[in-house]
Amino acid sequence: MKQWWARLGDSDIGHSFRSSPVAMAAALVALVCIFCSLFANGVAPHNPFDLSTLELSDARLPPAWTAAGSAKYLLGTDDQGRDILSALMFGARISLAVGFASVALSVLIGVTLGLLAGYIGGWLDAVLMRLCDVMLSFPAILVALLIAGVGRALFPNAQEGLAFFVLIVSITLTGWVQYARTVRGSTLVERNKEYVQAARVTGVSGLRIMRRHVLPNVLGPVLVLATIQVASAIIIEATLSFLGVGAPPTSPSLGTLIRVGNNYLFSGEWWITVFPGLMLVLISLSVNLLGDWLRDALNPKLR
Amino acid sequence: MSLLQVKNLVVEFPHRHGTLRALDDISFDIAPGEILGVVGESGAGKSITGAAIIGLLEPPGRIAGGQILLEGERVDQYDFEQMRKIRGKRIGAIFQDPLTSLNPLHTIGHQLIETIQTHLPLDDKQARERAVALLRDTGIPAPEQRLDHYPHQFSGGMRQRVVIALALAAEPKLIVADEPTTALDVSIQAQIITLLKSICHQHQAAVMLITHDMGVIAETCDRVAVLYAGRIAEIGPVHELINRPAHPYTVGLMAAIPDISQDRERLNQIDGAMPRLNAIPSGCAYHPRCPQAFDKCRSQRPDLMNAGATRAACWLHEVQTTTQRESA
Amino acid sequence: MTALVQANDLAMTFDVSAPWLNRVLERKPRTLLHAVDGVSFEIERGKTLALVGESGCGKSTVARLLVGLYAPSRGNLQFDGLDAHAVFKTRQGLQLRSRIQMIFQDPYASLNPRWRVQDIVAEPLIEHGLAQTASELKRRVGELLTAVGLSAFDGVKYPHQFSGGQRQRISIARALATHPEFLVCDEPTSALDVSVQAQVLNLMKDLQRQLGLTYLFISHNLAVVRHVSDQVGVMYLGRLVELADKQALFANPRHPYTRMLLEAIPKMSDSGRGRTPVQGEVPNPLNPPTGCAFHPRCPHANERCRTERPHLLALAGIKIACHAVQEGRI
Repeated sequence: MKQWWARLGDSDIGHSFRSSPVAMAAALVALVCIFCSLFANGVAPHNPFDLSTLELSDARLPPAWTAAGSAKYLLGTDDQGRDILSALMFGARISLAVGFASVALSVLIGVTLGLLAGYIGGWLDAVLMRLCDVMLSFPAILVALLIAGVGRALFPNAQEGLAFFVLIVSITLTGWVQYARTVRGSTLVERNKEYVQAARVTGVSGLRIMRRHVLPNVLGPVLVLATIQVASAIIIEATLSFLGVGAPPTSPSLGTLIRVGNNYLFSGEWWITVFPGLMLVLISLSVNLLGDWLRDALNPKLR
Repeated sequence: MSLLQVKNLVVEFPHRHGTLRALDDISFDIAPGEILGVVGESGAGKSITGAAIIGLLEPPGRIAGGQILLEGERVDQYDFEQMRKIRGKRIGAIFQDPLTSLNPLHTIGHQLIETIQTHLPLDDKQARERAVALLRDTGIPAPEQRLDHYPHQFSGGMRQRVVIALALAAEPKLIVADEPTTALDVSIQAQIITLLKSICHQHQAAVMLITHDMGVIAETCDRVAVLYAGRIAEIGPVHELINRPAHPYTVGLMAAIPDISQDRERLNQIDGAMPRLNAIPSGCAYHPRCPQAFDKCRSQRPDLMNAGATRAACWLHEVQTTTQRESA
Repeated sequence: MTALVQANDLAMTFDVSAPWLNRVLERKPRTLLHAVDGVSFEIERGKTLALVGESGCGKSTVARLLVGLYAPSRGNLQFDGLDAHAVFKTRQGLQLRSRIQMIFQDPYASLNPRWRVQDIVAEPLIEHGLAQTASELKRRVGELLTAVGLSAFDGVKYPHQFSGGQRQRISIARALATHPEFLVCDEPTSALDVSVQAQVLNLMKDLQRQLGLTYLFISHNLAVVRHVSDQVGVMYLGRLVELADKQALFANPRHPYTRMLLEAIPKMSDSGRGRTPVQGEVPNPLNPPTGCAFHPRCPHANERCRTERPHLLALAGIKIACHAVQEGRI
């Protein structure tokens, strides 16, 4: 295990990581955020969604370092007495979960369609690429809004699960296109390479070639794209939640928290909206920086 | 006086795992009007030699030692701006791929005239006349019209002729040609080789011809240097080297080339492969593959020494060694 | 005895037209590339036929036709009496594929960079069910690697850890996995250094002798062709212009193009000679000359050559497609 770790650190990627302070800082921040959100139950000082622990008398307290603040609630409380810091952690969990889930689904759909389009070609390729063109001409937010809104309208009393499902689907619907295009381009290149021709001469079936030969060679750019897209998925989710069609109010994400806090912004209770906003920026910035580093590290021409 | 003198040239590539020596103390001369061939297999360092002389070493590669003298003037330490003035005017370059050597967005006339006017004080009309003359010299039919064509309107062989014209535009004394015929068909290759010889003779330009193809060397060059693992293994007049090679590597190389004029059951093969730059053997770099290696070869690196009509870096040709072995 | 491989009037036409919309708007006709235009030859068991030619002559396309990577637009390929392309489409196609294999030109692109060498060599064995257990598979892979001059322990490494010559050996090992009878080699040594080329060519000759292999060897290098072949076919713009035994072709080349090729090769023996290379270049395959494709560059072309396409006809033990030779003019 140690050997594997040592080898990774010594490799080109490991070396590139260790010599980039930005990448290391970004990774640290992202890891802390992920850790806090994963283990929010244990790490957060309070459980903001357990109604029994809320005390309305503690509502709208400013952060601990201000005059009127209390050490019990480090970043203050919102209008219902919920600890902002804890809400951040739980909210981040929702945001990250939705972000990762929608990217995972996008990758699955996009890579599969891209592989098929690139390898089989012909009318399948033409149809899929036109579909991509159509999807790309719609702004992601509008599509997501449409789907989420329609979903809400169709199932007004749906449970939480369905609401999240709709949310994830709406983000995925525009997200898969990037992967399909990238993978299709790479597949077209790999398909003409001689190792693929050798497999065809041997008699290996098209599906097997796609899965075992082409796929491992086209995943590189996908990894970079996915990392960067996690950040944008989180932002889209936050936007949707801000607009009221995202995460349900019982499990607020960072976006919901921002929306809730927005109402109190001008009455001077800035912390309710600012801290969730800062958390959102922190997560997406660190993930974006990681994605940038990864793209440069994997680009052989820049080494 | 030699046109080009390379003395003890060392080219290094600093790498995070250590420094790699791509060229390790090589020395040779080129006389005015002479055609010197630089031949070697992949990784031997022949392209790097050309790049070092033109001043186009890719960073982090750098000249770490030795001197390059062009007509007595030291050019190895010149900065980019100084080398830029020399390139084109005194040293011309021909590269392997004619497709990428020419800018697809400009007519070849534009590129020729631009090069001419950069180095020679001619006005537009004079430069254009000169460009037409150059195209005619390189055998391009209807040069006045072709001047206004774009590179994609030429075939591969024609493009290489244009590249040769470009290289000669400012009347340089030395042309460095890196694999000028490798990307061309055999029949075109023959045309280009003939052209290169005649036109360089006509313009009195010396040529440093870098290639892996011994046949091309045999046809074109006066002298040839054989590179192995960043060092010169043998250097001498082309016929002597081909017919009476002195260095065991050259011997092996000549024997490995399939001969079109006779049938042979087996080609002579040299076992093993050229050492990687980070694993160059001690002493003579060729000793692990050499059938005639002995103790001195493993510990001491030989300099170029006289071996009949050529000079070879091989202890077999050291005079004392021969007498010692005879008496043993 | 019938030949193992028999190609009859093979042709391959590629449609390289502009997209439909562009064609309609610009009123352009369909553009067809006749990469191979009626090629016929035979290869006897255990022998080597070399196909030579310059760029655009179609030799690589012929190679791919022979291994079933393309289906011919015209003509057929007989392998051991079977119509190969018809069989490829059926369930017996897999079995036929185990008898025909291919070695490619680029040692860097012909091995999947993400696979270990042992998996690369094992793939044909797995695909054709030639190894029942994992240990048998491992043993067989080890045998193949040692047969080409590598070590069985090299199996765990990745292709990038090997040199160009070693990668070609791995390609050969992969090709031999299914005990093929016929190997199509597309310029297998063109990307290799001279000394490495010698190693690989010697290896291929040894294997041919040991295993009774039949080769189709594609190359542009006539010296290599002289070394490896029994019979030589010269191609120009998709057609065979001369087909003869090696000795006959090199001693007495009849077709003007063959002569031009042999003249053009830089020779090491008599250097510095003044010779006049033939003028002109290979025409654009999309727009081939009428009649005989070589006539614009041929010093012996007459009116018939400009209008009538010569056919490959037998003449004094060789096959040649040239009006001038057939008429006895040269």
